[in-house]
Amino acid sequence: MSQSVQDMEILRFTTAGSVDDGKSTLIGRLMYDTKTIFEDQLEAVERSSRRRGDENLNLALLTDGLRAEREQGITIDVAYRYFATPRRKFIIADTPGHIQYTRNMVTGASTANLAIVLVDARKGVIEQTRRHAFIASLLRIQNVVVCVNKMDLVDYAESVFDEIVHAFGDFSSKLDVASTTFLPISALHGDNVVERSTHMPWYEGPSLLYHLEHVQIGSEANHVDARFPVQTVIRPHSDRYHDFRGYAGRVMGGVFKPGDEVLVLPSGFTSRIRAIHTADGELEEAFWPHSVAITLEHDIDVSRGDMIVKPQNQPRVGQDVDAMLCWLSERKPLQLGGRYVLRHTTREVKAIVRDVHYKVDINSLHRVEDDRSIALNEIGRVTVRTSSPLFHDEYRRNRMTGSFVLVDEFSNETVAAGMIR
Amino acid sequence: MSSYSVSHLAYLESEAIYVLREVAAQFQHPCLLFSGGKDSICMAHLAAKAFWPARIPFPFVHVDTGHNFAETIAFRDALVGQLGVRLVVGSVQDSIDRGRVQEERGPNASRNALQTVTLLDTLSEHGFDAALGGARRDEEKARAKERIFSHRDEFGQWEPKHQRPELWMILNGRKQPGEHFRVFPLSNWTEMDVWQYIRRERLDLPTIYFAHEREVLRRDGVLLAVTPFVQPRDGEVVERKLIRFRTVGDATCTGAVESGAADLDAIIAEVAAARVTERGTRADDRRSETSMEDRKREGYF
Repeated sequence: MSQSVQDMEILRFTTAGSVDDGKSTLIGRLMYDTKTIFEDQLEAVERSSRRRGDENLNLALLTDGLRAEREQGITIDVAYRYFATPRRKFIIADTPGHIQYTRNMVTGASTANLAIVLVDARKGVIEQTRRHAFIASLLRIQNVVVCVNKMDLVDYAESVFDEIVHAFGDFSSKLDVASTTFLPISALHGDNVVERSTHMPWYEGPSLLYHLEHVQIGSEANHVDARFPVQTVIRPHSDRYHDFRGYAGRVMGGVFKPGDEVLVLPSGFTSRIRAIHTADGELEEAFWPHSVAITLEHDIDVSRGDMIVKPQNQPRVGQDVDAMLCWLSERKPLQLGGRYVLRHTTREVKAIVRDVHYKVDINSLHRVEDDRSIALNEIGRVTVRTSSPLFHDEYRRNRMTGSFVLVDEFSNETVAAGMIR
Repeated sequence: MSSYSVSHLAYLESEAIYVLREVAAQFQHPCLLFSGGKDSICMAHLAAKAFWPARIPFPFVHVDTGHNFAETIAFRDALVGQLGVRLVVGSVQDSIDRGRVQEERGPNASRNALQTVTLLDTLSEHGFDAALGGARRDEEKARAKERIFSHRDEFGQWEPKHQRPELWMILNGRKQPGEHFRVFPLSNWTEMDVWQYIRRERLDLPTIYFAHEREVLRRDGVLLAVTPFVQPRDGEVVERKLIRFRTVGDATCTGAVESGAADLDAIIAEVAAARVTERGTRADDRRSETSMEDRKREGYF
């Protein structure tokens, strides 16, 4: 493991699968075979496996973190895992797949570049497979990898694999996913996970790890529409930096350069970028994911929640937002007409969900037009009215400026995730 | 890599800076928990970068078990002076003296668990509503589920089953009076990332991270430094060995590893080849399979 290489790209991926289709085993296998698992962790798993009476080393125990999970034998929340190869550093959002936890899949998918959807070779494409694929497309994950697992239990038969590829293809043609890759694997035995399998000579593609290391990523970052939500204003009040007024934030789209003409929302004032500062010196250009501080030529009033953009490429500005909304709270369903706090980029406003246009049956993908209730794990198309304008883009164009969450005014819980249409 | 891609360290740094700035913007009285360990040294450095050229706009808090390595305290005081930040020390000894906690007895007594009370008392005494910590998700399985903005109720407790979902980069720091947040900007870092970052940024570390000779003894499989707080018991043999520490915590439960790694390159090579996690040298995590989860629920770091 030559992890001393300094310049690796990061690939963030999410894994979704149903109960028992071997998701934890697959992650355990990836970590085990890339030597990410340490002896003390392995010993702990060996001890637990023995105590539980498991026949093989139970790799799933490596990833099941909380006590309740080990007791129930299921994964109950999003957990993040890390491993690296000399080519890339990987961040896995490991999410449970059973029906009540759509919310966790949405959470995991929100930061992912790639989604692994697991299918049990014996069961084929089932409702949950469709739900996982739908969520990946809803959250705009550009790459979906369908792993047909447990090939060992179907005698590594090509026909079983082909059937699943066709069944998935029929369904996913209705979805908006840039690229889908299919792999026949056995997580338990390691076939096609890190090494190419010798059991399936009919399969000519790469192993899963090879695919993860080489798949093209980064196309989902927007480098066209310049968007800079201001987090905070840096004013040193020191002799040396007496007049320094830096607008601190992370570039959420496009490219900014010194000298660029910019427009500040909501004030509408225009200025030019004087410099783009970091503690390591000034940058010639800033783009996602840079965290910088921008100084402007003119002394204009800019504060947290404002957005610096370019005059010739402005986001949509408005108080009525059309969005797909996924409900995340188990305590209370959506209150139509009720007040919420809405957080979007660095902005916080009051909001009312004025209308539910339809609900999505996430198993059939049909629209349910006459049901206006949205509860935990349900997804619907809504109109949200905000107390002051949002500066936003379509989610499919920009995941950062196209997303928001709703927060309950009283409990302060995050209750819903919105993707702007 | 395309012209618009950045290395993993640049990505992790920019994410941590974003989180630090959100803390400054969303909370009234944040603080940074500083232990003198490598993770909190990275945190201090990232905080200095996040608000540059202004000073770090919040104080550092050190929860002092009284069982320190002298090198760490000297290092702490120098760094705090250099950054110009205020240091608040919460003392476990004070908590014991005031009867807030009782010292553990028995052969494996440690002040590790007592720190939780001192930490919570210090946070509430100073009215801190957010405490930045250097914990990482790769450290331990209970930490793998921790949010970046992690809500604590009025008793300082963590509810792992009712955590707020955290989507995209939207961090929700809203809370009721009396509640607070723990915030972890290094959530997505691994031990290797931290070491590579220390090398890239040329950060100074306390000398105990590098190989040196020291008197040690082996207790329950863990190599402990002989200090005023760790004295040999019957049958335990004190040896002089070439060692270094992979984590820096309370001297009574932080294990050393035999190592000749005297500089960062050697440490990075060693970490890359390591077959035991860094917490594998911590006696506090060996108490039970869920000891970290149990301590975290109560309000541990």
